[in-house]
Amino acid sequence: MDLKAQLAQIENLMVDSFAFSFLATELDARSGVGSVVERLRIMGLPESRADDVQIALSEAVNNVVEHAYANATPGNVSIGCNLDAEQLWISIRDAGLPLPKESLAVGKPADLSGPREDLPEGGFGWFLIRELTSDIKYERDNGNNRLSLCFDVSKSCV
Amino acid sequence: MSLTSTMTDSGQIVTVNAERIDAAIAIQFKEDMRTETESGAARVILDLSEVEFIDSSGLGAIVAAMKQLGSSRKLDLAGLSPMVDKVFRLTRMDTVFDLYASLSEATAVNNT
Repeated sequence: MDLKAQLAQIENLMVDSFAFSFLATELDARSGVGSVVERLRIMGLPESRADDVQIALSEAVNNVVEHAYANATPGNVSIGCNLDAEQLWISIRDAGLPLPKESLAVGKPADLSGPREDLPEGGFGWFLIRELTSDIKYERDNGNNRLSLCFDVSKSCV
Repeated sequence: MSLTSTMTDSGQIVTVNAERIDAAIAIQFKEDMRTETESGAARVILDLSEVEFIDSSGLGAIVAAMKQLGSSRKLDLAGLSPMVDKVFRLTRMDTVFDLYASLSEATAVNNT
């Protein structure tokens, strides 16, 4: 293997990362999540995984828009991504209200057993996030929230 | 939000002319569905062929649209893209709605 090929291989093993920030409004969240997912696709994230990231990241960012900055002027949402051959870690940071009890929601599946008029119209977000990720972390520090989502990107999981 | 509607022998087809049903338009979608389905067709087929993405707010709005039809009318979903299909299956909403891969499959079934 020549030097150039070796360098290319080393580069493939290295972590690829970037950060992106936008205002926590519904429309900026929509285009912001779209930009992050597009960039991950270009970095080589498999298509089926990119769909999972779009679904989970949209839910996480919507939570920031609707809850963390509820009743306040929307602040920034900062997204950081770290992609290597095995895992994708995405951190979502904001300076809004903490999660209830400063801890992660359990994310139970919605109860669909009752009659039609009792079917839930919400509460699917955390469940979707938990179903699509392999690990989740939450930290509250100095008035900032940091939610980290991990996605498995190794071939066996695609 | 743009919805268009056609009456057919197999029910009323309501087509969503948008690429996404998300938090930004969920409330509007629910209201537009109420207006669009006022005619009272027993079976409404929601054609989602153009919709590439749905989030939990959009999913909630479709559930709300089904509930506001009342218990004697039916809402079926057709033309689910891979991402939309995934959200319905993960949340088990595929057990609540009849899902059809395409509009033609939905209209081939005449279960009004």
